[in-house]
Amino acid sequence: MADTVAAHIKKARTQDRIATGILIATAGVICALLAAIIIYILVSGASKVFDPAFLTGKPQQFQAGGGIGPELFNSFYLLLLTLIISTPLSLGAAVFLVEYAPDNVATRTVKTAIEVLSSLPSIVVGLFGFLFFVLTLGWGFSIISGALALTMFNIPILVRVIQQALEAVPSDQRDAGLALGLTRWETTVHILIPAAIPAVVTGIILSAGRVFGEAAALIYTAGQSAPVLDFSNFNLASMSCPWNIWRPAETLAVHIWKINSEGVVPDLTAVSNGTAAVLLLCVLAFNLLARFLGRRLSKKLAAE
Amino acid sequence: MLADNMTAVEESIFPAGAQPVPNAIVSAVDVGVFYRENQQALSGVNLDFHAGRVGALIGPSGCGKSTFLRCLNRMNSEIPHCRITGRIEYHGKDIASPQQNLFDLRRSIGMVFQQPNPFRMSIYNNIALALHRHGMRSKNELDAAVEESLRAAALWDEVKGKLHGSAYALSGGQQQRLCIARTLALHPDVVLMDEPCSALDPIATRAIEDTIRAMAQRGICIVIVTHNMQQAARVSDTTAFFYLGEMVEAGPTQRIFDAPSDARLQDYISGRFG
Amino acid sequence: MIPKRSIERVGKLATGACAAVATVLVITLIFMVAQHGLATFTVDGISPSGFFFGTTWNPHQTDDAGSPLMGALPMIAGSFAVTLLSCLFVLPFAIGSAVFVVEIAPGFGRKVLQPVVELLVGIPSVVFGLIGLTVIVPWVRGWAGGTGYGVFSASLVLAVMVLPTVTSLAIDAIASVPDSYREGSYGLGCVRWQTIWNVVLRSAAPGLMTAVILGMTRAFGEALAVQMVIGNAAAMPMSLFTPATTLTSVLTMGMGNEAMGTVYNDALWSLALVLLLMSLAFILIVHLIARKGARSNG
Repeated sequence: MADTVAAHIKKARTQDRIATGILIATAGVICALLAAIIIYILVSGASKVFDPAFLTGKPQQFQAGGGIGPELFNSFYLLLLTLIISTPLSLGAAVFLVEYAPDNVATRTVKTAIEVLSSLPSIVVGLFGFLFFVLTLGWGFSIISGALALTMFNIPILVRVIQQALEAVPSDQRDAGLALGLTRWETTVHILIPAAIPAVVTGIILSAGRVFGEAAALIYTAGQSAPVLDFSNFNLASMSCPWNIWRPAETLAVHIWKINSEGVVPDLTAVSNGTAAVLLLCVLAFNLLARFLGRRLSKKLAAE
Repeated sequence: MLADNMTAVEESIFPAGAQPVPNAIVSAVDVGVFYRENQQALSGVNLDFHAGRVGALIGPSGCGKSTFLRCLNRMNSEIPHCRITGRIEYHGKDIASPQQNLFDLRRSIGMVFQQPNPFRMSIYNNIALALHRHGMRSKNELDAAVEESLRAAALWDEVKGKLHGSAYALSGGQQQRLCIARTLALHPDVVLMDEPCSALDPIATRAIEDTIRAMAQRGICIVIVTHNMQQAARVSDTTAFFYLGEMVEAGPTQRIFDAPSDARLQDYISGRFG
Repeated sequence: MIPKRSIERVGKLATGACAAVATVLVITLIFMVAQHGLATFTVDGISPSGFFFGTTWNPHQTDDAGSPLMGALPMIAGSFAVTLLSCLFVLPFAIGSAVFVVEIAPGFGRKVLQPVVELLVGIPSVVFGLIGLTVIVPWVRGWAGGTGYGVFSASLVLAVMVLPTVTSLAIDAIASVPDSYREGSYGLGCVRWQTIWNVVLRSAAPGLMTAVILGMTRAFGEALAVQMVIGNAAAMPMSLFTPATTLTSVLTMGMGNEAMGTVYNDALWSLALVLLLMSLAFILIVHLIARKGARSNG
């Protein structure tokens, strides 16, 4: 009897050791995978990333040597517009859900709507944008169509982040504000939001990274063409004015997809890899900025 | 510690006909509280509170003392599905009536919580925020008001050199006095205190009790919930004993502790249950 | 000074309006996609059974009866195939690393593995598609023959893409198992792995299922990365290594080609509607699991 118990214990211990080994290996594989992906993209695109002609040049349809200048600008401009539109909307919706939402059907509808929006494939959001903004409203393939499609894509992300940030502020802060005769609005704006700023800022920047790399929602809204941009042109109605929101605007991510699906550009691989490397570097930069800024703001808040 | 006209106070606190006494600042008449799904937390509470007096609410945990306290400045209205029955009058007016501005009510009836909860700001801004939001904009006025309230909370000497430092750098006792100062800055005539010393050490507790007595001397009506019977005996003029959602017995503090009538109160005071 | 009651009212209205805008956009989306998607059946007269069970997708050809060949089964089957296969690939890695982070090495997990997983989430899907195209497809071609495009390659790419989602949700699920369960098991003399296998994982099962379903939601809805490596042949996915198709890839390629209002275009919207309904179905399943889990865990 003692022997079988001892044997059982030994077997259990061996199992434990093997299992632990497998788990460590699994974690290692994932870290190695990420490293491999990042290194592969950066190395294969290295030659183009540091080439100013690539970064500022016009894309080519049929010849080699195309650049990504307009696409780079379009990506950032679209990001800026999307953040300008989606941040106040998301902030308002999140504050409503946390502070005001009465426990009724309307609130449950809002919560369900945002949950549905967060699970929608981005291609479906893009197709809706195509149907509604491009066709029904008649705006055509344009920056504004793309920005609104991206806003719909971004709202659930931001609402969740801001909601969590507000709920993480201890409730006695709110109680203190209300007990001093402040309204819920004043309590939220002057007490809760300042306390939640580090988490909110981090969330906004991380969402910016997701928006920057999004392509499926833009193919049929902002379009796949990149008109030549003339930075000295301030006529907002002109197709070559960079700030004109009614013009089509291919972004970096869409560009990668487009040239690979068309497959006619001779230096396809080089351009793809270069564009991907630039895209990845920007996304990594957003990630680092979010972490860094989040930590700095946290420290400032605690120390002040 | 007790006033000379204690008999008049004693007689006026629990009128048999449940008519609010004219010279009480706050009167609770047959107050009950129901939470979601008709869970009753409080029933049939009749109490009066007067200017310049400290009224203590004692009783075992979970018997409704804090719930009752939070009715007095309508903090319970912030809880969804919380229903309050009966009537609470402040200066003779029903606090739940549409004519009574909720926000003005809370300026005049201040509250200090169990855990010190200063805002994540400087000491100065903790006090100035509410003043600013209520309309005080001039820097001179704000400076004067901050100093006045910090002096009233006996905190001025300790923090006058670091007004713009973080409130979180203060000790627990200092933070609680800051919370008191923050409330006093709005010149309330009633201050509600929900176990203000339970998170503090004895020395800080002593400082707060001194502040309470000073506030009462200036004419502020204080209602304090406390778990600590000795504290109730030290600090309060009248005491009310709550048990299982009912206000069982109330009266002058000395009589409550020396000659309690209700058996449950006797048991509580003698420590048979806590 | 503005009276406080007005401040409160304005605040409530402004924030309520923001919430309303988001809600209205979603409702409009569902309505418009449904309207165009159902037109195939109601306006153009395509039979639903022919649509859902037909295996030939060639809208510009007509069959003997004169109606276009719009069998969507290849796309539906393809979508399910890549979704299920990718989640099969992901499951051991996601749960393994989640167990590692929570049970074995929380310090390393929090400092290294979790940032790694967060970074993986941030990588754009086109980049995954590109790597799939330039690395995975040639590699698969090398040992499986054929073109290298197909369900297998797409599933591999999708597996890497949904890994971060499933892993972080799995970490949450395992971390929320109360310590008292673990202590009870250790108190009975179990070693760590027995505790993990018999107690922790079993108790975290609803959360883990949610993690997998949400991973499937992402995989089902991924468009570009899949489109770049699946081969885009509108045929039933008979083998893992021949070109196939999914709902998302057909939509990505086809929507720009057909004029609005034509029966071919309406058929594409029907595919979009199927995609939408599947996403809603996934959310529903997650809710049901959560409710069941709450009931059994008390």
